[in-house]
Amino acid sequence: MTEYNFAYLDEQTKRMIRRAILKGLAIPGYQVPFASREMPMPYGWGTGGVQVSAAVLTPKDMFKVIDQGADDTTNAVSIRTFFQRTAGVATTTATSDATVIQTRHRIPEEPLHEGQILVYQVPIPEPLRFLEPRESETRKMHSLEEYGLMHVKLYEDISRHGHIATSYAYPVKVEGRYVMDPSPIPKFDNPKLGDMAAIQLFGAGREQRIYALPPYTQVVSLDFEDHPFEASKADHPCGMCGATDSYLDELIIDDAGGRMFVCSDTDYCEARQTAGHKGKDAA
Amino acid sequence: MQANTLSGGFTDPATQSAHAFRSVMEAMARPGAIQDIHGAAPPAPLSPAMGAVLLTLCDTQTPVYLAGDMDCQAVRAWLAFHTGAPLVGPAHCMFAVGKWDALAPLAVYPIGTSEYPDRSATLIVECSELAASGATLTGPGIKETATLSLPELDAFQANRTLFPLGLDFIFTCGERLAALPRSTEVTRSSSEAITQVGAS
Repeated sequence: MTEYNFAYLDEQTKRMIRRAILKGLAIPGYQVPFASREMPMPYGWGTGGVQVSAAVLTPKDMFKVIDQGADDTTNAVSIRTFFQRTAGVATTTATSDATVIQTRHRIPEEPLHEGQILVYQVPIPEPLRFLEPRESETRKMHSLEEYGLMHVKLYEDISRHGHIATSYAYPVKVEGRYVMDPSPIPKFDNPKLGDMAAIQLFGAGREQRIYALPPYTQVVSLDFEDHPFEASKADHPCGMCGATDSYLDELIIDDAGGRMFVCSDTDYCEARQTAGHKGKDAA
Repeated sequence: MQANTLSGGFTDPATQSAHAFRSVMEAMARPGAIQDIHGAAPPAPLSPAMGAVLLTLCDTQTPVYLAGDMDCQAVRAWLAFHTGAPLVGPAHCMFAVGKWDALAPLAVYPIGTSEYPDRSATLIVECSELAASGATLTGPGIKETATLSLPELDAFQANRTLFPLGLDFIFTCGERLAALPRSTEVTRSSSEAITQVGAS
């Protein structure tokens, strides 16, 4: 603890990140450039989320980290331990107890409440990047609200597959202005982005961008009148807790094509099992 | 005078600025919500809340404009010692500090560019009172509506029409603050409208 400044980053860096967060909240969905620092973990392991968390954490916070919904995977465990050591914060796996939740690619199943902060790890913050590689061009497209290309991409999905095949990192429009990448969350989670009681902050370390959604912000998934947006999931109940309303992971369990579906949100699944719910694969 | 300059900063900068920032962030994320903020004891005419916001957000990279009676030797020296922020005119500032009347006219502050709307000024307004009454606020961060005592309406309505460009505001009073980002719609509250009609 004494070897580090509180929450690892130096104060000047935190002030710079904090100023970017405030501008991000003032312009929902706009990607604010920031001077991302090298962190003691590789790019792709949540360096953007870690920097945002470091800038918002206080010693009184209760911190939770999830990776694809799970509290116990390598990425989640290492980031949780990182802030235990450098910020001395208390940690939890219970969604409702946490005040700051850093997440990779999921929104917890349990609705978040006021006073909570959800920090996303973002690999590619620019929703138009795969359609237009030049930053100078995508910046112009955002400034002119020129998002036709994104609709063409979704239309091409329909013409090739018969439906919109984009299933994660599904683009959204924020408050009728900026098209935003919600990070690679499954599109099942998209409806939770809008009107959320918690503050949502997005950090992309390698790409040096921070963006934000204040609580109760209007977020609309892009679609067409005749092909409306649909939040999809595997059409099964959870094998462990029997939940039919949660996002599921498919697990291969033997060499004979056997498989089971379980909740990707481990805290949600465990809480349900403790409450006595049982799925067909539960021991 | 010298002692006054050197004192009044955070005694434990890392944790006190973390708590202060959370107050500022909650305020900016929930326009109209009044937050407590502590830890700073700046010289008059800066309020403790104003001092804490400056200590939390300003450093050598943030040009600051001191408007009206904020531009005095005591404040200049305190800000220089605790933050090192360069003092500039309103057209080049990132943060402007002052009472509402002294900050006018708003047209001179940077509002960002269409490609970089974040390159805009944040005005930190010292208020004699701060209450959850007066103008009605709607927009991102507000569940249905919020109310906040604003110095006037027209300036904020004009600012909203510039979105996504525009200015962001933090209002400080004693040890409390509230914020009004550019995304917030400001309207006269219905009760106030009735009083106006009755008066005319």
